[in-house]
Amino acid sequence: MSLIKETDYGTPAATSENQVTLTIDGFEVSVPEGTSVMRAAMETGIKIPKLCATDMVDAFGSCRLCLVEIEGRRGTPSSCTTPVEDGMVVQTQTGRLKDIRRGVMELYISDHPLDCLTCAANGDCELQDMAGAVGLRDVRYGYDGDNHVKQRDGGGEVNARFMAKDESNPYFTYDPSKCIVCSRCVRACEEVQGTFALTIEGRGFGSRVSPGMHESFLESECVSCGACVQACPTATLQEKSVIEIGQPEHSLVTTCAYCGVGCSFKAEMRGQELVRMVPYKDGKANHGHSCVKGRFAYGYATHQDRILNPMIREKISDPWREVSWEEALGFAASKLRAIQYEHGKESIGVITSSRCTNEETYLVQKLARAVFLNNNTDTCARVCHSPTGYGLGQTFGTSAGTQDFDSVEQADVVLVIGANPTDGHPVFGSRLKKRLREGAKLIVIDPRRIDLVRTPHVSAAHHLALRPGTNVAMVTALAHVIVTEGLFDEEFIRTRCDWDEFQDYAEFVADPANSPESVETLTGVPAEEVRAAARLYARGGNAAIYYGLGVTEHSQGSTAVIGIANLAMLTGNIGRPGVGVNPLRGQNNVQGSCDMGSFPHELPGYRHVNNADVRDIFEQAWGVSISDEPGLRITNMLDAAVDGTFRGLYCQGEDILQSDPDTKHVSAGLAAMDCVIVHDLFLNETSHYAHVFLPGSTFLEKDGTFTNAERRINRVRKVMAPKNGYADWEVTQLLANAMGAGWTYTHPSQIMDEIAATTPSFANVSYALLEEKGSVQWPCNDSTPEGSPIMHVDGFVRGKGRFIRTDYIATDEKTGPRFPLLLTTGRILSQYNVGAQTRRTENVVWHDEDVLEIHPHDAENRGIKDGDWIKLASRSGETALRARITDRVSPGVVYTTFHHPATQANVITTDYSDWATNCPEYKVTAVQVSPSNGPTEWQEHYEQFAARARRIEAAE
Amino acid sequence: MSPEKLTYMANQIAGFFRSKPHEEAVAGVADHISKFWEPRMRAQLFDMLDRAVDGLDPLVLEAAPKIRPVD
Ligand code: SF4
Ligand code: SF4
Ligand code: SF4
Ligand code: FES
Repeated sequence: MSLIKETDYGTPAATSENQVTLTIDGFEVSVPEGTSVMRAAMETGIKIPKLCATDMVDAFGSCRLCLVEIEGRRGTPSSCTTPVEDGMVVQTQTGRLKDIRRGVMELYISDHPLDCLTCAANGDCELQDMAGAVGLRDVRYGYDGDNHVKQRDGGGEVNARFMAKDESNPYFTYDPSKCIVCSRCVRACEEVQGTFALTIEGRGFGSRVSPGMHESFLESECVSCGACVQACPTATLQEKSVIEIGQPEHSLVTTCAYCGVGCSFKAEMRGQELVRMVPYKDGKANHGHSCVKGRFAYGYATHQDRILNPMIREKISDPWREVSWEEALGFAASKLRAIQYEHGKESIGVITSSRCTNEETYLVQKLARAVFLNNNTDTCARVCHSPTGYGLGQTFGTSAGTQDFDSVEQADVVLVIGANPTDGHPVFGSRLKKRLREGAKLIVIDPRRIDLVRTPHVSAAHHLALRPGTNVAMVTALAHVIVTEGLFDEEFIRTRCDWDEFQDYAEFVADPANSPESVETLTGVPAEEVRAAARLYARGGNAAIYYGLGVTEHSQGSTAVIGIANLAMLTGNIGRPGVGVNPLRGQNNVQGSCDMGSFPHELPGYRHVNNADVRDIFEQAWGVSISDEPGLRITNMLDAAVDGTFRGLYCQGEDILQSDPDTKHVSAGLAAMDCVIVHDLFLNETSHYAHVFLPGSTFLEKDGTFTNAERRINRVRKVMAPKNGYADWEVTQLLANAMGAGWTYTHPSQIMDEIAATTPSFANVSYALLEEKGSVQWPCNDSTPEGSPIMHVDGFVRGKGRFIRTDYIATDEKTGPRFPLLLTTGRILSQYNVGAQTRRTENVVWHDEDVLEIHPHDAENRGIKDGDWIKLASRSGETALRARITDRVSPGVVYTTFHHPATQANVITTDYSDWATNCPEYKVTAVQVSPSNGPTEWQEHYEQFAARARRIEAAE
Repeated sequence: MSPEKLTYMANQIAGFFRSKPHEEAVAGVADHISKFWEPRMRAQLFDMLDRAVDGLDPLVLEAAPKIRPVD
């Protein structure tokens, strides 16, 4: 194992198909037109000295170190800004160039501290490297003159140019004395991240990098993505972890365990210690970019709250007792067997995790099917994207998102519905913003003014700020305009879809009841705005839809997904780059957990359990007989628990008590069970009701794969030994074997081989293939051996695309005199899901509590001021949190996140759910807001209960 | 599960299929419940149908004979 060093080509790759041939230092090189001379040289292995150029941003040409001589041209052009031309003859090292470069370096070094030996970047500093490369031997100017290095001059006077270190960001420092003003950070923040937080303030020698208007990093607009830190050639912007630990000595490529973008990182190590996570340029999802979570928020892996020993207790009122693995697993296995013996096969089940690997998820569902002998397996995707599975399955024939992330680079119109990519899927958000800055048009359908609606150099063409719960009416109104104004793509529909079904659908949407004018009273969006948006979507060129939980988490979530699919089919926006229907998946492996057969009605690969041929494959492989009846979904498990027919649960890496709606319903169900096994890193909220706690391992501690939102299967690599002793797949295997399964996996690659052998869309996937290709997008089999970046290219998976009517049915969760406001929920950048991980990192400096966003008008009516404690009440329950007054939400709508257990936002949400999948209706709850003095009695009571439930008996 | 909740769920399914041609709607409701409802839930539905409990959507009543029986 060594440290992976990625080549910096100096300038971004050109994409032209035309090749240009030139000669550099006597070597002939062919590169795409538009390539810089610097990059062409690097591609043949000739390294031209450089400081201000790096291949993550466009060249700027300010340092003058990369000069070259070109035959027939006067002077010494900079190679980073000079494009190649056919027949060019370039010299990179001549006497003249060497002299100029030494002179340039001498000037840089004369205003740079010479503390290389104790500098955190020692060994990883481009300034140091360049001084070596140009052969700098001596610096004639001292610090007596103008400089940024010394706090005081020789006479003890304060040096006005000196700026103190900014350590406000929890993860990196800014030391202006080391800055060479190359502006790489500024360009990275603009071009890669799209936040525009940095500027160069001042002029000439006096200039320096500044976050915002001379603010600290923490106070500025900076979102701590780390792009500037990567771009910085010196120690000016430096990870605090490197300052603390020192330079890493080896690294492995792995995948972020936070969101569905699935960014690739180099985990840079020093022995077993993680020094830093650096986004990997070859990562196909992120191309070298990251967000604050994946880049910096891994501290939870070593947090003191992590539980490392198995624990058991007879009753949930008992304190926990630490025991050996053997005892814990024996205890769990005998309890589960006893329950089945007494209450039948169907009385126990599992919940698989969207945070664990594909291999782990596969084993957990296999535990249910092959060891429990039932189909009682479900996953948290139930509460997020299950309607996607149903909706896209019905219309296109597969729940798969249709595009890869790269596709956005070719979109002309982007329609974002119920998603907040800059917070929820930050790296994709940055790529999307880049495309929008290049001129693509944006339509946002969301009750709240998400950041994307107006961000630097981006402004949505249309923001349809609809009332929560009216997505179906809105989507159908868009289709109404497209059909009645003749904007549909008849050619596409005739060849690719069922024409009769189209006609039926067209008749339905053309009904005046579905016109933008008619639904205006429901959605609250002016009809003209809807018409304009529909025209833009239908006729603006390549149009791509990206949607999130704001679409699915409704009582008509599945219908809305169908409506979205209809829009794409109507306009022919399917089957090529730049278009498509893209569900933005929440957690890192939601896609994978669904693929792996976590749902109670589907075996791996989305095949219904009543399909005898499919059952046969698994019966052969596992040597058992598989039930042909669908099992219980999470909510149904809880209902059955209250009824007494469901009594045991193995829950891996999920916190259903905090993440699922209607907390009181969840706790009643859990409390009614005889054996709840929680397998997790921390004593999460669900564990308060558990009898067995099995410690989990982090993504740094195991091998496996995650599948991101673009169906990309990425490797997760073990960089340290599991602190708890076992990777999660091993724990599941131990539990299965304690129940007599006799499994013998010794490495996750064997589990992947079993998946490939049983699941056609994974047929050619293997660790060897992933090693070779880096990653691959399923379907990957003999017909698509390279994987499938784009779906439905020559035809829909189901054959003909199917239009389905989407009748709007208002949710029964309605406002009234008692509950006049609509609550909708979401998340923010720095925190992740229930926050179990991110709350245990420095990310809390950005978000240490959930707040309620409320419109100034609604706040004033209630006498609420910014920062006040308020009581939030619904039919289900009440909680208290602080108010933030903002016009991002419309009057009548309030908004909060659910990252903190103290808030328990799900005490408020109801048990209404999607008609097809029971995906809960998180996004609409009728509420009342009133002033309050602090936490509610319930919150205080819960806190005491939680503290009691977490007690661990002192070891004897 | 409470009979009200089960009724509510069944009627929600009927609500989606209602806008389709009648035959298709009946078949759609039956198929959906057969495919996604665990036997315990179907058994409870059949029991409620036997007892002619009020509140079920006519489409659900019509679909009932086509719903997969529970053994
Ligand atoms: S961390 Fe990211 S957002 Fe912050 S200044 Fe650097 S590039 Fe900009
Ligand atoms: S902070 Fe680093 S990247 Fe930014 S201008 Fe200074 S040296 Fe260059
Ligand atoms: S949280 Fe998502 S966007 Fe951020 S680094 Fe991880 S995978 Fe990438
Ligand atoms: S690297 Fe070309 S001018 Fe700085």
